[in-house]
Amino acid sequence: MKIHEYQAKELFASYDIPVQDQAVMTEAGEARAAADKLGGFVVVKAQVLVGGRGKAGGVKLARSADEAVDAARTILGLTIGDLPVEKVMIAPAVDIKKEYYMGLTLDRARKQLILMVSKAGGVDIEELAVERPEEILRFHINPLDGIDETGLEACLSQAFETPRLLEQAGDVVRKMYKLTIEKDCSLVEINPYALVDDDTLLALDAKVNFDDNALYKHADIEAMKNPEEYSQDEIDAKTANLSFVSMDGEIGCIVNGAGLAMATMDIIKLYGGTPANFLDVGGSSNPEKVLSALQIITRNPKVKAILINIFGGITRCDDIANGILMAMKQTDIKLPMVIRLIGTNEKEGRALLMDAGFEVAEELSAAVEKVVSVA
Amino acid sequence: MSILIDEKTRVIVQGITGRDGSFHARSMVADGTDIVGGVTPGKGGQKLDDIPVYNTVADCMKQSGVDASVIFVPARFASAAIREAADAGVPLIICITEGLPVVEMVSNYHYVQRRGLRLIGPNCPGLISPGKCKIGIMPARIHKPGSVGVISRSGTLTYEVVYNLTTSGYGQSTCIGIGGDPVIGSSFTDMLELFEQDPDTDSVIVIGEIGGEDEEAAAEFIKHKMSKPVVGFISGRTAPPGKRMGHAGAIISGGKGTPDAKIKAFNAAGVPVADKPDQIPTLLRKQTGR
Repeated sequence: MKIHEYQAKELFASYDIPVQDQAVMTEAGEARAAADKLGGFVVVKAQVLVGGRGKAGGVKLARSADEAVDAARTILGLTIGDLPVEKVMIAPAVDIKKEYYMGLTLDRARKQLILMVSKAGGVDIEELAVERPEEILRFHINPLDGIDETGLEACLSQAFETPRLLEQAGDVVRKMYKLTIEKDCSLVEINPYALVDDDTLLALDAKVNFDDNALYKHADIEAMKNPEEYSQDEIDAKTANLSFVSMDGEIGCIVNGAGLAMATMDIIKLYGGTPANFLDVGGSSNPEKVLSALQIITRNPKVKAILINIFGGITRCDDIANGILMAMKQTDIKLPMVIRLIGTNEKEGRALLMDAGFEVAEELSAAVEKVVSVA
Repeated sequence: MSILIDEKTRVIVQGITGRDGSFHARSMVADGTDIVGGVTPGKGGQKLDDIPVYNTVADCMKQSGVDASVIFVPARFASAAIREAADAGVPLIICITEGLPVVEMVSNYHYVQRRGLRLIGPNCPGLISPGKCKIGIMPARIHKPGSVGVISRSGTLTYEVVYNLTTSGYGQSTCIGIGGDPVIGSSFTDMLELFEQDPDTDSVIVIGEIGGEDEEAAAEFIKHKMSKPVVGFISGRTAPPGKRMGHAGAIISGGKGTPDAKIKAFNAAGVPVADKPDQIPTLLRKQTGR
């Protein structure tokens, strides 16, 4: 789960990570009072859940309250990476002496948390990692042991030259780590972590992502969720306990299991078709889930045909068949449908569907070839 | 032979009285697995069919030798279950449960590792040595005993591959689902090492997917340390970056975990990569000559 910069900064403030005062608004008119209160010379920033705001014109400096209103109006009219800007954040403009990068995330390969620090802050860290990897300092943390303070100081002292800066950076890292452990963050990033006068470091931007699997533990984090992170279909799918990702192709897919669902999309592409979605109905055999899946897929106007691919293990093919029959009764599905059933109770499932006039395939390649030809 | 489990393996089920635990305990028994006990706190003294239920793993181990434990408890209790099995010294711990928070799993990984034990999963279908022992949720009947090892990050896709192997006449020594999460107890490389040493495995299928760099690490191992032929498959070639494709671990992020990088790494290690599961037996035939 992602949150906006202003939400991340509120979270930072609650962990005593130094941030600026800020104001958030949905109406440009509100920018006047906010700019006045924050000192007149301010920065107006789009709050959207995608990167590249600066390049898209979503960050502007304003030297007066009037300029702030204009900037807010312009930015609120933007669409950045498919997402319309619905909120702007205003903060005091500061004179940046130097920009650092600090990010704490998971190192999958080492199975530890990894702190990344760079003196080349403000730039895209992913580009930096490819172009100048030597400029990123890395420090690992094993949560069973906590932070190795000596190692942390050795790492940070390569970037922060004075004792005063080193102390502030160390303090912020400890708080980023505390936040990560307590709230199950998958990323805590400060870019830029900026030197704003001779000896003060501030988080001028903030990015925090959370582990979806841990949200059940954190009602406060769940409450920060932004509906625009997901499409309506993705939200409905989640409510129906389906794993769903929208794509822009023509063949709607219903598959059990994530690996098989991905492979099914790949094979559709291999045969010259395009998948409209990733959809994993999961391991249970609830006919209702098949019904919900079909409802979500069929309301996408781009979909021209549907492929159902089930390899029954825990999932029973007869339950899937019943779900399909239920959906056919409740909704008027006119799209061609290719069904492939194999595994647990396949005979029963096939019989149910064939009695109702469906063709049921046994082999995956044949089923995909068929659905591509009718789409 | 086979790796990790065989007809002598004594297994306990953590969460045996739950819906999934009881269903799969019975199915494992039906498939010939020696289930010596189950664990559900507060239900010690009860029985599931003939299987005695204990309050703790330690209680269970006082009554019987235990070689492996399989965990079916809900996600919020799964970390505690893994650690309980590790504290009791169960040599092989298999966590079927999905949805464990990653930060917890990072700690669990090192917790098990430091005790010199082995963890498989979480979010995995388990493992099977066909005809000998099944610890997990896969349908045993699609398997047949043989000499191909199978390692996979997913569940039903593994069934699809195994089905294609079996119908083409290739039986399996052991099939392992290592799990679809970003942090898992055992990697492809850990399993490849065991298959390389196993005298009854003559070739291996590695079924990877987008996300992480475990496939790349496996390719390095195969290139330098493996004498047995390997065939690969990578799912998620059409997945858009930044989207989690069902499995928490199946995500292309920060330019890492792309299918192209994985296929390239496999090819550089002399591992042919199938475009679809039903090509795997053909590629295997070319590699093994049988």
